[in-house]
Amino acid sequence: MNAGEKAFDRRPWLLLSPALLSIVALVVVPMSFILVYSFYVNIDLAVDRAAFQFSNWKELFQDSYYHVAIWKTLRMSVIVTILAAILGYIPAYFIAMTKFRHRWLLLLLLILPFWVSFIIRTLSWIHILGNQGALNGLFQWLGLIDAPLSMMYNETTVIVGFIHVFLPYMILNVYVSLEGIDQNLEPAARTLGASPWQAFLEVTLPLSLPGLAAGCLLVFVLTGGSYVTPLILGGPNDFMFGNLIHDAVVAELNWPMGATLSFTLLVILGTVVMIYSRFIGLNQLSKAFR
Amino acid sequence: MRAWRMIRFYTILVYIFMFAPIAVVLLLAFNSSQFGGFPIQGFSLRWFYRLAENEAIVRAFKTSLSLGVLTALVSTSIGVLASLALVRYKFRGKDLVTTLLISPVLVPETVLAVGLLIFLRWLHMPRSFLLLLLGHSIIALPFVVLVVQARLVGIKKEYEEAARSLGASPVQTFFAVTLPLLMPAVFAGALFAFTISFDNITATIFWRPTGMETVPTQIFGMLRNSVSPEINALGFVMIVITVGVPLLAGGLARYFSRKKT
Repeated sequence: MNAGEKAFDRRPWLLLSPALLSIVALVVVPMSFILVYSFYVNIDLAVDRAAFQFSNWKELFQDSYYHVAIWKTLRMSVIVTILAAILGYIPAYFIAMTKFRHRWLLLLLLILPFWVSFIIRTLSWIHILGNQGALNGLFQWLGLIDAPLSMMYNETTVIVGFIHVFLPYMILNVYVSLEGIDQNLEPAARTLGASPWQAFLEVTLPLSLPGLAAGCLLVFVLTGGSYVTPLILGGPNDFMFGNLIHDAVVAELNWPMGATLSFTLLVILGTVVMIYSRFIGLNQLSKAFR
Repeated sequence: MRAWRMIRFYTILVYIFMFAPIAVVLLLAFNSSQFGGFPIQGFSLRWFYRLAENEAIVRAFKTSLSLGVLTALVSTSIGVLASLALVRYKFRGKDLVTTLLISPVLVPETVLAVGLLIFLRWLHMPRSFLLLLLGHSIIALPFVVLVVQARLVGIKKEYEEAARSLGASPVQTFFAVTLPLLMPAVFAGALFAFTISFDNITATIFWRPTGMETVPTQIFGMLRNSVSPEINALGFVMIVITVGVPLLAGGLARYFSRKKT
């Protein structure tokens, strides 16, 4: 080894260069481009001109259509996150604490949905809740109803679809933090006179909060950025902010407006990520892979 | 103990919630009815034959398969190198580098898709298969890095140091010692990347060139009317590929490693 290597070790940077170059070229630079492009002028379908003007931003701030979409998106994300936390915490607790011999099976089943196509999982709800779905079939067979109940294409089905797809992220993250807790702590609290509920509330729950927070962040950000689920499971009024971006870019070919909306979504969800990383740190997120 | 039984019951319900819809798709794939939903009229394989005859679907399948394999190759190669740097070296700015490497997960996929698309437009490059490949690779990269990193932490540095002290060069050491030990994680990462690409629809809708369909976008296009029985059959095939193959690979790996010892 020569002296130069001691002062500055080039090897890690060599190893990192392909990954860092691609991230910079394909993520960092494009992210700054959406800001630049938001000042461009849209002239016609797929035609725009470089400029520095604020008409796109003005439209965003003045048109209540966009505000409704932002409000709907935040509301939807909050609802899905809270429901996923409630639905997901208890199974995670069960998997972490059970003495069941085949716990690996429960864990495997938890990972499995990640491997099943997102679009198949989403459209599968049409088979459950749709007019020819399992529930309507069951109700008719039982003689409870004569004509199929219309349960599809509303906000509830969108929420169900989101939870179905994102719940494994929540359970996995909570499980990881529960699993890291010393198994003796709860019994110790019990011997000191705590009730089972108290022991859980004062020992286990606080120690599992980082995992719960990581799960919540993931579910919130993933929901907030979605547009495909409302297209498949929602009605015409169940659009989210992502749908406006999809419409602007794919249907209207209005790139400057698409860029403006994308940057807005980035700022909104980025703020949430920033707050999270400030208080909890991003490395909690990677623990689910260990 | 009553509380525990309730927790168990609740857990079972959540698992049913997660798997019942998927099971229904698998079941309906074999329904002979010409509608995609219930009731089930009889057992039939006709929708699978129909699937194999549908040229658009076969073409989408080929596109998705090659895209998935290439994505796995690209993201695993650059991901393994990056993980080596992160685990085996100390350097300034590591936290920033780690954040950058997982940034594709933190940026909403819709925004990532629009950003890359607009950047290419500025460069006057049309949408292409290459854009899909690069885009999918960047989406898969964080997951590859996380999986490989987790395994690499568990491989003792002493093995590599022993090889080095016996005169192997760093590159020799990597191929003779580190890589074989890392192989399970490399495979896991590659499979993960393949699945992420094979499954992706959010960004793919933005990036695909006009007329090119992947399996998810093809299904999405077919959905506009209603769920056809062909979609159920296609869902069955996709689930077999993305769930069956990894399970089989994992099972085989376990079987052979047990035989050896």
